[in-house]
Amino acid sequence: MAQIKSPEELEKVRQGILSGRDPSKPSISVCAGSACLASGAAEVIAAFKAEIKKQGLEADVDTKGAGCPGFCERGPVVVIYPEEICYLQVKPEDVSEIVSSTIKEKKVIDRLLYVDPSTGEKAVHEYDIPFYKKQMRLVIGDNIKIDPKSIDDYLAVGGYSALGKVIRSMTPDQVIEEVSKSNLRGRSGSGFPAGFKWESCRKSEGEPKYIICNCHEGDPGAFADRRLLEATPHTVLEGMIIGCYAIGAAEGYIFVGDEFPQTVENARLAIKQAEEYGFLGKNILGSDFDLTIKVYIDGGGYVLGESSSLMASMEGKIGEPRTKYDHATDRGLWAKPTVLNNLQTWVNVPLIINQGADSFSKIGTEESTGTRVFSLTGKVNNIGMVEVPMGMTFREIVFDIGGGIRGNKKFKALQAGGPMGGFIPENLLDLQVDYEEMKKAGLAMGPGLIVADENTCIVDMVKYYLTFLANESCGKCTPCRDGLRHMLKIMNRITEGRGQKGDLELLEILSEVQKSAALCALGQGASDPLRASLKHFRDEYEAHIEEKRCPAGVCKVLSTALNI
Amino acid sequence: MGVVTLTIDNKEVKAKEEMTVLEAAQSAGIDIPTLCHHEKLEPYTACRLCMVEVESRGRVKLDTACSSPVKENMVVRTKTEDIIKIRRTLLELMLSHAPDSRELQALVKEYGADKDRFEKEASFCIHCGLCVRYCAEVKKKSAVGFINSGVRREISFVPEIASKECWNCKECFELCPTEALQTAYLFTVAQISDSPSFELESEK
Repeated sequence: MAQIKSPEELEKVRQGILSGRDPSKPSISVCAGSACLASGAAEVIAAFKAEIKKQGLEADVDTKGAGCPGFCERGPVVVIYPEEICYLQVKPEDVSEIVSSTIKEKKVIDRLLYVDPSTGEKAVHEYDIPFYKKQMRLVIGDNIKIDPKSIDDYLAVGGYSALGKVIRSMTPDQVIEEVSKSNLRGRSGSGFPAGFKWESCRKSEGEPKYIICNCHEGDPGAFADRRLLEATPHTVLEGMIIGCYAIGAAEGYIFVGDEFPQTVENARLAIKQAEEYGFLGKNILGSDFDLTIKVYIDGGGYVLGESSSLMASMEGKIGEPRTKYDHATDRGLWAKPTVLNNLQTWVNVPLIINQGADSFSKIGTEESTGTRVFSLTGKVNNIGMVEVPMGMTFREIVFDIGGGIRGNKKFKALQAGGPMGGFIPENLLDLQVDYEEMKKAGLAMGPGLIVADENTCIVDMVKYYLTFLANESCGKCTPCRDGLRHMLKIMNRITEGRGQKGDLELLEILSEVQKSAALCALGQGASDPLRASLKHFRDEYEAHIEEKRCPAGVCKVLSTALNI
Repeated sequence: MGVVTLTIDNKEVKAKEEMTVLEAAQSAGIDIPTLCHHEKLEPYTACRLCMVEVESRGRVKLDTACSSPVKENMVVRTKTEDIIKIRRTLLELMLSHAPDSRELQALVKEYGADKDRFEKEASFCIHCGLCVRYCAEVKKKSAVGFINSGVRREISFVPEIASKECWNCKECFELCPTEALQTAYLFTVAQISDSPSFELESEK
């Protein structure tokens, strides 16, 4: 492929791709996301290819491994176009029947459809399934139509048109103005306005300027950021390229862990393809704008998600946080002006440019605009990646999208923001997805939502997070390191039936001091789950300490002690 | 070189603009406790004992005095109720490692810290990093470093470097606020583990 030399040529290339594709041609999309692959999607794809060959349909039917549409719970997910018939939990042995009946005879196979557990109704199309119905899938909606390894697939759904528009008709200042007007806020949880950050960096005097896409996402139970990069790497790149154009940066990095090799592979391939097409490299789309983007494999420690440790580790130093008095937009990576944004911030950029800031800012609440992609997990029926408009209530997410609690158990708590987030009990579920509202309730806008049911012991869950952080903290400052050490000792003692009077007060003092005295955001947030649980579930702690009883029956020593 | 005027504990203080709040306070005879601070070393901000309340441009926040640059019209409060509570708890956490440390003992009374509040730890080290940073920044040897992370973080000598460099130095010993016991002990371990006779013993 020769490099595309102008935005006009890009549209011609797109038309060329589209004219070579017949929208009425049968096409089979099998989710090739990490979760579906783990439940056998690779075998399903291979079986489709073999079956289509066997039936001599190679010229008539397309088969592809596609990006994750989100319904991980029921994977491998298969969608058949043009009818958009959605089959779930497909096994290789279902494949020949799908080809014979659905592809050839246009017959729907009932047993592979989604069945609503409450009504017993079957859903034929993806859009009929309640899990998808209430979502607003502006970012992830096209995933299942696209092979993440194919840049042509991305171009076919309008990919890189925002970049074309920017190069053709927008100055860097206009791009920043549009992003500012959209009120796009940092999706890492801080909620810092992206436009303001970009503008500060653009105005900063140092050169060169850098941008970083933070896809570190180390929270246990969270997978939305990495799944997005895996499913739609070109959207991430397009957002970053537009960002660099606006900021005046010549180098960008995607900071990601190699725990998900498929994510890294797709990101690297996408960069290579974007270079071949002229979306990266010298004179992008014929302009005088040059840009290189690289994947940076992080060292794996949770603390590296914190901005100063992230940059220290990229500079080859120990990945420990530093006390800083300069903004990264003035002195960031290599002491140069740097914009660090979360992956989910970058993916919204093409959308804002294409649809306009006004249309974007109409979605959500006044102060929190656009959508948010969460990984929904824990004791809900529908585990997966979900995209919801800001302003949606957590009750809708858990019960309408998540399909309620597994095994008809009772809901106990929702945990948002991972080890540095908080819990809310049932009576606060009408809380909205909104930076300020969540902060007030002690939740963090992290990518992960974890649902706990009546059989979950909150004390045990908090102990798990504290254990995680006791290992993942860098251990540099006293309140974080020794605070965690002693909190964990007290938690161990409580869950083992050795809890004492005064333990809860001690935990409260430790968490209070940690919150106000720790060096970095990790330490300052490390006891947020503990604090939230002491506020909402204090009775569970008291049962452990005073009655030596674990109400959920999870803490083994206590459960067995009762039976003696 | 510019001079800035700030207020520390209601006292007007003039300081050079490149000074930290800690240096400005010291120059005015105002005492702020420190443990990991050393004038020959870069600010480390790890012990958090020097935390003070800083008010600048209408914003109030807690910050470490050892790293915070002075600013014109800054208002610093070094002994608020919150700060005393933080220092007391930090001292109590450190006392769980080193209850007999003279440097810690000196602060116990002032802040009303209870040395037995938290369960005692096997390690004396309070992770001030003075030995590690002195060896790296002043001696440029890096014979001692931190290993592991989180609650498992410990100092450790690097036997290959320590066996060559440390015998004639040992300058880090006297920096150790937990009475050099930790450094001396680990240093000895490093020496033993690198000695040829030890290797012969273990190979038998």
